[in-house]
Amino acid sequence: MWLETQRAFRATVTGVDDAIAPQAHSAHGTLAQRVAVYRNTVQQSLIDVLASAFPAVQRIVGVRFFSALARDFVRSHLPDVPQLSVYGVKFPDFIATHKRLSDLQYLADVARLEWARGESYFAADAAPLDLAGLAAIAPERLASVIFTLHPATRLVVSPHAIHRVWMVNQPDVVDVPAIDIGIAERVILTRPHYAVMVRLIAPADAAFVAALNRKLSLGAAAGEALSVDPAFNLQAVLQDHFIHGTFSTVQTE
Amino acid sequence: MNASATFSLKQSPIPAAAGIGLRLQHLNEIASQADDAPPVASWLEIHSETFLNAGGPRLVMLQEVRKRHPISCHGVGLSLGSAQGLDPAHLKRLAKLFDRVKPALLSEHLAWSVVDGAYLNDLLPLPYNDEMLAVVSANVSRAQDFFGQQLLVENPSSYLSFNASTMPEWDFLARLVQNTGCGLLLDVNNVYVSAANNAFSAEDYLASVPSDVVGEIHLAGHSIEVEGDDRVLVDTHSTYVCDPVWGLYRDVIARIGARPTLIEWDMDIPALSELQHEATRAQAVMDARQPQDQACVA
Repeated sequence: MWLETQRAFRATVTGVDDAIAPQAHSAHGTLAQRVAVYRNTVQQSLIDVLASAFPAVQRIVGVRFFSALARDFVRSHLPDVPQLSVYGVKFPDFIATHKRLSDLQYLADVARLEWARGESYFAADAAPLDLAGLAAIAPERLASVIFTLHPATRLVVSPHAIHRVWMVNQPDVVDVPAIDIGIAERVILTRPHYAVMVRLIAPADAAFVAALNRKLSLGAAAGEALSVDPAFNLQAVLQDHFIHGTFSTVQTE
Repeated sequence: MNASATFSLKQSPIPAAAGIGLRLQHLNEIASQADDAPPVASWLEIHSETFLNAGGPRLVMLQEVRKRHPISCHGVGLSLGSAQGLDPAHLKRLAKLFDRVKPALLSEHLAWSVVDGAYLNDLLPLPYNDEMLAVVSANVSRAQDFFGQQLLVENPSSYLSFNASTMPEWDFLARLVQNTGCGLLLDVNNVYVSAANNAFSAEDYLASVPSDVVGEIHLAGHSIEVEGDDRVLVDTHSTYVCDPVWGLYRDVIARIGARPTLIEWDMDIPALSELQHEATRAQAVMDARQPQDQACVA
């Protein structure tokens, strides 16, 4: 009984009709106006959650369009967990398949970058692996070690210039330069000291990190990187990753 | 189903004084203060669901704040009115947070927000009848057993009434307390808002609700929406506590004595000093109370 009422209430606050009407009343005024208070809170609060998770996307499409887009998403994708910091994981895919956004092919990847940044911010804590962590390993065994990515490390690879688009759509940027959107970019996000760092990396470096993420050994991952770019400099790249806290542990076989 | 022996209202480490709702806008400011700086309020309350993430700066800052302030955990997502029961995964997420924070008080709402696994992010209303009492009692008992701690259940603000209701909200709360041994979080603004919206007397409500189990009081501001002939008070937590609510609060304190009293502000959040000023007003009400009848508290 009550479960059916809950379902009718859900349909009412996420849609436009008043399925709950036969079961409720208002002391004065019309019931429709009272129901609208709940409907507005449910939908607008979730739209606001998406706006704060995807500020660059909102700035690109404008507040009004974003609000309509987010409302469509909210109605079809309610949160499945009462934890708003994880609400919106499906929003980039929703953008990618949205008919009215087919002109903005890059937008879904900008959304993926913003989502990755949020995930990095909220990820579990762990001490980043530094060079000293590698010192104990005998040089002849280095090629076979396996790195674990830090819980806050994320990699976003796109055929579009998403890092540049994201950078110029920060709140403090006033003059937005012209951007060649067709340049592929690979972005790595890490959190060495509680602040999330967002930086561009080279194609071979991205292949390297992706291979390590698949639990390939250091030697095998370097091999993949070298097949992307014969000039791949393992030592320099590793040093960079140690500075930025890309890894948390290393295991010898 | 009588757990009252296990969950009687204990002397709470949250003082019977004015506290402030801790919001993300002020988190860094409070966390960055020196270890020997005076506390910003006698105690602070967090929304539990804001701190469920695995790690990161937010939890680090909370631990800093915790060093100087007793913390109360106020839930907004347990959905005590869900016909399908509480979500075991959510109980576990909350228990993990409580393990980190060791909250002195736990509270949730007489409301629902989850159905068929979908979370609606609002505190939605319930009918007050025997069927609903069985549902909420089972859920409250489950939560208390799981956390090993008494829950304070907060009266909601509501905008409509269900035809299936057979008793007033205060009777429902009294019976819920009897069934589960839970305490009450009395939100005076919610009483005022619901009374105006649903045409009952706020004074009757406050005189009838079981006052000996009130472990905490909430004060907040609301907005007024006028549409046609209807005037709806909406519990927005976006402004100062209004004068009639201060009046009701003064009456409650005069009758039941000082209680931990929280200033809540969730939208259009002002500077921390504004919240401190509101907390000072609540503290003044408690300090000015004439010790009329030394009514025994639980």
